[in-house]
Amino acid sequence: MGVITLVMLGSLVVLAVAGAVLWGQQAGRADPSAVLRAPTTGHPLGTDRLGRDLLARLLAATWPSLLPAVAATLLGAAAGITLGALTAVVDGRAARLLGALITLLLAFPALLVAMFLAALFGAGTGGAVCALAVACAPGFARITQTLAAQVAGTDFMAAARVLGLRRHRLLLRHVLPHIAEPLMLNTTVAAGSSLVALSGLSFLGLGTQPPSYDWGLLLSQGLDRVYTEPLPAVAPGIAIVYAAVAFQLLGEMLAGAAARQARPHPVDEPVAHPEPVAHLVRTDRPASVDHVLEVADLRVALPTADGVVRPVRGVTLALRRGEMVGLVGESGSGKSLTALAIADLLPDGARATWGRHRFLGTDTESLSGKERRRQLATGMAMVFQNPASAFNPSLRIGTQLTEAVRAHRGTPRAEAVEQALAQLRRVALPGGRRLLRSRPFQLSGGQRQRVAIASASMMRPGLIIADEPTTALDVTVQRQIMDLLRRIRRDDGTAILFISHDIALVADACDRVLVMYGGTIVESLPAPELAAGARHPYTRMLVASVPDLAAERDHPLHSIEGGPPDPSGAAPGCPFHDRCPHRLDRCAVESPVLSPLGPGHEVACWQPPAAAPSHGRRENEEAQK
Amino acid sequence: MSTGSGLALYDVTVRHHGPLGPITAVDGVSLDVPQGTTVGLVGESGSGKSTLARAVVGLAPLCAGRITVSGREYGGRRVADRRRLGQQVQLVFQDPDTALDPRMTVRQSLAESAGAFVRLDRRSRDQRIGGLLDLVGLDTGCADRLPRQLSGGQRQRVAVARALAVDPAVLIADEVTSALDVSVRAALLTMLRDLQRRMGFAMLFISHDLAAVRHVSDAVAVMYLGRIVEIAAAESLLSGPRHPYTRTLLSAVPSLHAGRRPAGEPLLAGEVPDPAAPPAGCRFHPRCPVGPDRHPGRDVCAVRDPQREATGRPHRAACHFPYGTDDRPPEARHVPPDGDGDRTPRTPEDLPS
Repeated sequence: MGVITLVMLGSLVVLAVAGAVLWGQQAGRADPSAVLRAPTTGHPLGTDRLGRDLLARLLAATWPSLLPAVAATLLGAAAGITLGALTAVVDGRAARLLGALITLLLAFPALLVAMFLAALFGAGTGGAVCALAVACAPGFARITQTLAAQVAGTDFMAAARVLGLRRHRLLLRHVLPHIAEPLMLNTTVAAGSSLVALSGLSFLGLGTQPPSYDWGLLLSQGLDRVYTEPLPAVAPGIAIVYAAVAFQLLGEMLAGAAARQARPHPVDEPVAHPEPVAHLVRTDRPASVDHVLEVADLRVALPTADGVVRPVRGVTLALRRGEMVGLVGESGSGKSLTALAIADLLPDGARATWGRHRFLGTDTESLSGKERRRQLATGMAMVFQNPASAFNPSLRIGTQLTEAVRAHRGTPRAEAVEQALAQLRRVALPGGRRLLRSRPFQLSGGQRQRVAIASASMMRPGLIIADEPTTALDVTVQRQIMDLLRRIRRDDGTAILFISHDIALVADACDRVLVMYGGTIVESLPAPELAAGARHPYTRMLVASVPDLAAERDHPLHSIEGGPPDPSGAAPGCPFHDRCPHRLDRCAVESPVLSPLGPGHEVACWQPPAAAPSHGRRENEEAQK
Repeated sequence: MSTGSGLALYDVTVRHHGPLGPITAVDGVSLDVPQGTTVGLVGESGSGKSTLARAVVGLAPLCAGRITVSGREYGGRRVADRRRLGQQVQLVFQDPDTALDPRMTVRQSLAESAGAFVRLDRRSRDQRIGGLLDLVGLDTGCADRLPRQLSGGQRQRVAVARALAVDPAVLIADEVTSALDVSVRAALLTMLRDLQRRMGFAMLFISHDLAAVRHVSDAVAVMYLGRIVEIAAAESLLSGPRHPYTRTLLSAVPSLHAGRRPAGEPLLAGEVPDPAAPPAGCRFHPRCPVGPDRHPGRDVCAVRDPQREATGRPHRAACHFPYGTDDRPPEARHVPPDGDGDRTPRTPEDLPS
C-alpha cells in the first residue's frame, strides 16, 4: 500500500509542477473550428465551447486545484490548533470560554459556513480558500483541545507550571510535541476533504471564476452536456477522487508508521530451555494429592519493542489446600506474569511453557481448551490490584457477582442472588440488595475490593490468586482486606497465592513466602522466619531495606546497589550474582537450583550465608520471646 | 507559631468544585515547617494531603488563609506571581513515570528547570546539570537518556534534581516513594535526608507509609478529612499517639517481625465520610473507637469541634478524650498466633459494618 500511495502522490506532484508548463499553452488555445467536440484521438476528452482541449485543461488544472486545497487546510489547521492548544495553558475561566467558543463554532455545518463565507468574501479563489479555512478550523480546534487536555492533566505539565514557565514555552515545549503526530495525520486527511469541498464551491460558482479554471469548474462545465457526452464531466470527477484518495492513503500510511513504532516484535523463535536438566529433577517428584496447584518449570516469553524478553525462567511452586502463600518480588521480577500464566490470562503474543501444570489434581495439559477454561473458571479466581478497573462500570454489581455461578453451575437467578447476598454479608458489606443494584462507581475503593473478594469466593474456588490486592488501598482498608482473605481461607479451605511487593505485609499475613528475583524463585521459607532466618542474600538485603516502625530510627536503611537483571535472560549464572556481596566465581557461570536447607526452607544459592545477620539479631530475640 | 523561616501555613482552606457542590478538601490547616527540618504529613486517600501540597505550590487556589515562605507571603494568580513562588517552593510528584516529559532527555528537563529563573550560558548550564546529577547520585551518562530508558528509581532522582535545580527554600515530596520498589525506596529516603542536611531546605514529606515518614521526618502531622488531627515530634507521635485515629492508623501498619501484630486494637468502623458533608463536631466521631458510639455519654464529640482546644502544646491532638502519654503504643503488644496461624482473635461480630 505504501508503494501505491507514493506513486499516486508522486504523480500528483509531477502533474502539479509540470502540468501548467507542458499543457498550459495548449489549454488556453481556443480553436473556433473545433467547438464542443466529442472525444477523438486528437482530443481524448473532447473540447469545450471555445474549442480548447479538455485533457490539456484537466492536467494543467492540477496546480490551481491542489494548491488552494492545501492552503485552506494549513490555514484552518493553524488557526484551529492555536485555538485548541490555548485551552490547555490559559487559566480556568478563559479556558472555559474558549471551550464554549469552539463548541459553538462546531455547531454550524462546515460546508454551509464555507458557502456562506465564500459568498460573503466574494466569488474567487482567495475568497473560497479563506472561507474553507474558517470552516475547517473548529474541527481542528476540537481535536486539539481534546488531545491537549490529556497533556494538560499530566504531572510533567504540573511540574512545568510549578517552575513558573511562561505560556508560549508550555505550549511549544510540552503541549505541541505530544500532540503533533495525530494532528499531522488529521491535517493530511483534511486536505483531501478540502479538495473535494473546494471543487464543490467552484462547481457551485462560488470558487474559481473563469477565465481561471480548476477541476471543480471543469466538472461544472462538463455537466451541461453529461447526457450526450459523459467523459468531459466524468474525467474531472475522477481527478478529484484520485487526489482525495491519495491524501487519505497518505494519512493511513502515516498512522500505520506511527503504530508500527510502538508495536512489539512477535515471538517467532521457539522458547528455548537453556538448562532443563536441573529442573527436570524436580519435575519428577511424585504428585501430592493434597496440592491444589502444582507448577514445575514455568517459563514465559514475552515480545516487546526491544525484542523477546523472558520474565519468568523456570518457576516451580506448589500450594496445599487452605495454604496462604506470599509471592514477593520487585517490579520486573516476573511475579505478576507467573500469576497470569497460572490463570491462563497471559497477554497476546506471550508464550508459556510448563514442565508440569497440575490444578486440582488434573494435569491441565491433558485437557482440551474448553475443559481447561471451565476448570479454571470454576476452580480459580483472581483479585486484581486496581479495584477501579476490575469491574465493568456499566453493569450492576449484582449481575457481575452472579454471572459466574449462573453460567457455569446453571444456578437459577434467585438462588444466585441469595448466594451473592451471603457473600456480601461475609465480606461485611452492608446494604444487601441495594448494593447489588448499585454500579461500581458508587462504591469506594475498599468497598469495591471487598466486592471483588466476594465475587472471587462465589464459586468456592480451590485457589484464589490475589495480585497486589491492597496496593492501591489505605493501610486501614488494607488490614480489612487481609483479614477477609484469611477468613475465606479458613472457612472454605481455599488456597491463596498472594502476590505483593510489600515484604512486611506478606510476612505478616502468609504461611509461606516465595521470594522471586529475575524470573526465578530464589528462596522459599516459612513467613515467620523471613525477618531473621532468610538465607538468600537478596532476601536478606530486601528485609534490611524495609523501614520498620519498630526498628531504631537512626538505623541506616540498606539499599541494593546495581540494577535489575537483564530481562532477555540471556546471561548465564545466578541472576543476582552481579549485585551479590557474597558471590563466588561459580555464580557467574552456573545458575543455582532451589534446594532444601531446612524444614520448609529452600534456597537457590551456591553458598547461602549463615542465618541471623548482626542487624537482625534484635528482632530475632524478640520474635522468640 | 511561625519562626519566620521555612514554610508556614495559616488556616489554609481549599475548596474544589465537585459535581454536587463545593467540597472542602483542606479545612483550616495551620502548619509550620522550619528551615532545615522535615514535617511528615500522613493521612489516607481523601484526607486532603495532596490537595494541600498542590495549594502550597499554587496549583490549587486558596479559598482562605495564608502561606508564607521565609516570612514572605506569596499569593496572586498571575504568571509573575507563580514565578516568584516557583523560585521558592518546588514539588516532587508521586509517579516518576509521568512526572518527566517523555520526549525530553534528562539534560533538557534539567536545563529547563535550571534556566527557569536565571540565564545560563552553555558552559555554566552544562556544569549545573553535571552538578545536579551528581547531587542525586546519578551518572553523567544519564544526561542524554529519555525517561523511558531509566529505571523508576533513577527517574525519581531526576525529578528530585529538577525540583532542586531552582534552589528552592521549600521542597514538597508528595508520595515520592510509593511507586518505587523497596530496595530503591530506602536509597531515595536516605538521599532526601542527606540533601536536606547539605542544602538546608524545609521539606514537607507527604506519605501514607508511616515507616518511611518516621525515617525522614522531625515532626509528623496526621490529617483526617481535611484537618490535622494530631501533630507532634516524630518519636513522640509514633511511639505515644494520643488521637484515636493515629492509633488505628499505626496499628494497621504491617510489620516484618512476626507476632507483633496487635490485637484488640479496634478496626475503623465504616467508610470515610463524604467530604462534601463532613460530620458535625469532631469529624472522626462516627468511626471513633473511643467516641460516642462505643462510650455513651461522650456526646460532646458530636457537637463540639476539638480542633480549637488543641493549640499551643508541643504534642497536639484534636480530641476531647485523647489517650494519655503513658498508654502503651499499639505496636508493642504481642499476640501468639492461633492454630490456623491466624493472629486475629476477632469474631465475626467485631467486623465493621
